Amino acid sequence: MGWFSTTPFLNVPNSIQITYRKSSWWKLNQQRLTPWIFLFPGLLLFLVYVIWPIFNSLYISLLQWDGLSPAIYVGLSNYIELLDDEYFYISLMNNLKWLILFMLAVPIGLGLAIFLNQTIFGIRLIKSLFFFPFVISQVVIGIIFSWFYNPRGVIGPFLDKLGLSNYAILADENFATYGIIFAGIYPQIAYCMILYLTGLNNLNTDQIEAGRMDGAKGFSLFKNIILPQLKPATFLAIVVTVIGSLRSFDMVAIMTQGGPYGSTNVLAYYMFETALSEYGYRMGYGSAIAAVLFTIMMFYILFFIYRMYQSEKKGL
Amino acid sequence: MKKIIATLTAILAMGFSSSFAGTLVINTDLTDPAPKAAFEWAFNKFQEENPDVTIEVNNFDHEGYKQAIRNFLTTSPPDVFNWYAGNRMLPFVRAGLVEDVSDIWSDTGWVDGNLTEGMSHAKKPMTIGGKQWGIPYTYYQWGVYYRKDIFEANGISVPTTWDEFVAACATLKAAGVTPITIGSKYLWTTAGVFDYLNLRTNGYEFHMALTKGEIPYTDPRVHAVFDKWDELVKPGYFLENHASLAWQEAIPPMINGEAAMYVMGNFSVALFKEGGLTNDNLGFFQFPEITPGIPMAEEAPTDTMHIASGAKNKTDAKRFLIFLSRADVQEEMNKTLGQLPVNSGSKVDPDPFLEAGLNMLNNAYAMAQFYDRDAPAEMASEGMKGFQEYMVNPDRRDKILERLEKVRQRVYK
Repeated sequence: MGWFSTTPFLNVPNSIQITYRKSSWWKLNQQRLTPWIFLFPGLLLFLVYVIWPIFNSLYISLLQWDGLSPAIYVGLSNYIELLDDEYFYISLMNNLKWLILFMLAVPIGLGLAIFLNQTIFGIRLIKSLFFFPFVISQVVIGIIFSWFYNPRGVIGPFLDKLGLSNYAILADENFATYGIIFAGIYPQIAYCMILYLTGLNNLNTDQIEAGRMDGAKGFSLFKNIILPQLKPATFLAIVVTVIGSLRSFDMVAIMTQGGPYGSTNVLAYYMFETALSEYGYRMGYGSAIAAVLFTIMMFYILFFIYRMYQSEKKGL
Repeated sequence: MKKIIATLTAILAMGFSSSFAGTLVINTDLTDPAPKAAFEWAFNKFQEENPDVTIEVNNFDHEGYKQAIRNFLTTSPPDVFNWYAGNRMLPFVRAGLVEDVSDIWSDTGWVDGNLTEGMSHAKKPMTIGGKQWGIPYTYYQWGVYYRKDIFEANGISVPTTWDEFVAACATLKAAGVTPITIGSKYLWTTAGVFDYLNLRTNGYEFHMALTKGEIPYTDPRVHAVFDKWDELVKPGYFLENHASLAWQEAIPPMINGEAAMYVMGNFSVALFKEGGLTNDNLGFFQFPEITPGIPMAEEAPTDTMHIASGAKNKTDAKRFLIFLSRADVQEEMNKTLGQLPVNSGSKVDPDPFLEAGLNMLNNAYAMAQFYDRDAPAEMASEGMKGFQEYMVNPDRRDKILERLEKVRQRVYK
C-alpha cells in the first residue's frame, strides 16, 4: 500500500486519507470537466440540429438540386441570380417594413401595461383578456384577420361608409403587407405588454417616493424614474420583437401565400416557396435565400451577444 | 388460457397470411369524401376478385401528400401510389422512382387485352421518353359554368364565338352583373383562363410547345393571347378583388346572382349545388371559339395511378393497375367521384354536366392537362403569378412577359 509511506506524518483520520488516495486525474480535473459533461447532451443536439444544418445549407446553396435527382455544383450562380431577382428585393423590402413597424409593439405594449397596472376589481380578468391574443395560435389569428379583411366580412360595411366599398387590403399589392403586419403585431403587443407588466410589478417604490418628494410627477416621473427601471424589460421586448419580425412566416403563409403576385413575400416565406412548396424544389436557390436571411440575423445576434456581454461585465 | 391461445393463433394466422400472400401497399391522398368512397369500393372489389392479396392503405392529407411523396418514394416506397399525368410526374420519372408500365399499355401484360383501344386517347399524357409510367383512372372537363336564368333574363344565348362571348359580358356588365367570377388567391384559376385563351387563339400544338419551353413568352402569338385577355380584363369583366379570394370564395357571388359565369373545372358543380343552384339555373358551355378553324382542344386534368420502382410486390401492383383500367371499374368509381372515366368503354350517370363533358372530351381534338401540369413546376409557379399580376394590372403586360421569358430561359436550359 504505497500511500502509507507518504502519509504517516500527517496523522489524519482514515477517511481523509482515502480521499487523498483517490486524488486521481479525475479528482484533479473534476471541477473543470463537470460543466462539460452536463453540457454534452445539449451541445451534441446543438451541433446536430443547428450548427451542421447551417453549414449544410451553405453548401446546398452552391448546388442546383431538386431534392430527387443528383445535385449539380454551380458555384455562386444561385447568388448571382438572386441579385437579379425582383421578388428577392420585394421580400427584402417587406422584411424591412416588418422590422420597422413591428417595433410599434414595444411602446404600445408599454402603454397598455401602464394602463392595466392598477388595482381595481376584476383587473386580473381584464389583464388575461388583453393577454389572450398571445395565447391563441398565430394560425388562428391569421385566419380571423383574413376574414376581417374580406370585403364581404366584418369591416366591409364600415369601409363602405368610408367610401372604400369593396376594398380588399389583402388583394392590394401596395397595402397587403401592412394588413399582414397589423395582424402580426396584434399578438406581439400582448407579448410586450406582459413583459412590461412583470417589470412594473418589480418597480422599486422607494425610488418612486423619493422622486415624488423631489417634485417629479407625470411624464417626468415616468421618464426619469420608471422607464430606467424598466430597462431590462425594454431590452427583452425589443429582442423578441426583432426576432418575431424577422421570422415572420406563418402570417404570410396563412393570409396571402406571398401574394398578390409575390408582393407580400418576406425572405422566410420566399425561401420556403422556392425550396419546399408545391411548385418549388429549387433547394439550392432556397438555401441561397436562407444564407442571406442568416447573414442579416447574424448581424443582429452578434450585436445582441455583444450587448449581453457588456452588461454582464458591468454586473460582475 | 384457451382465449390466449386462440388470440395467438389468430395473430399468427394474420401474420402468416400477410407474409405468404401478397401484401399490396398503396399510398394515397384520398381524404375528401367522394374519392375516399370511390377507392374504398375499388379496394374491396379488388380484394374480392383477388382473395390472396391483402391491401394495405396509407392515407395522407391532400396537401401533405405533395411533400410526403418525395420522402416515401425515396425512403420507403409503396407498391402503388396516385399522382398526376404530364409534367407533374416528370421529376419522379427522371429520378428513376417510377416503374415503367409500358407492357400494360402495349397489352403484353394486360389480361383482358383492350387497354390500347379503351384508353388510347389518354396515352400521350402518360408518356415520357416513349414509355408509359402509369394509368389514368379519372379526369374531368374544364369549361364555362353559367347561370342559365341570368342569361335568359338578359336575353343572352350561349356564346359559341369570341365576339358573342365578349358581347354577352358587355350586356351582363351593363345590367349590373359581374360577367365572370374568379378567385385567384391560389393562382391556378388564372391558368385555366390562360390555357383556354391560348388553346383557342393559337391551338393545341402551340400551347404544348409553349409549356414545353420552345416558344418565348415575348412571342407575338403570346401577345395575341393577352390581346384577347385584355378585352375581358380592361372593361372589368372579372370579379373585383379576385386576388384575395380562394376559388371557393368566388362561388357565392354566382350563387347570389351577382356574377354569371365561372371558367372552372367540373369539380365546382358540387359546390354550386351545395349553395342551392340546380340543373335548372346552372349550365355549362364549351369555351367559345376564338380563331376560326382551329381544332378545339380541351382542358382535362387526369388523375393517375403509378407503381414505385422500389415496389416489393410489383406483380400485384400491376394487377391492381390493370384492374383500375377496366371499363366497369372506372365506370363505378367515377359514379362516386362525380367525374369522367378515362376508359371509353365506361358509361356515365345521366348528369347534364358529366354528359356535356363526356361529349365534349370524346370529340376533343386533344387534351391539355392544365398549365401547372404541362409546364414544369418552376415555370408554372412564375407563370401563374404573372397571370394574376396581369389580371390586376393589365398595363404591366410587357414587363410580366419579359420576366416570364427570363424564367423560361433559366428553367428550360
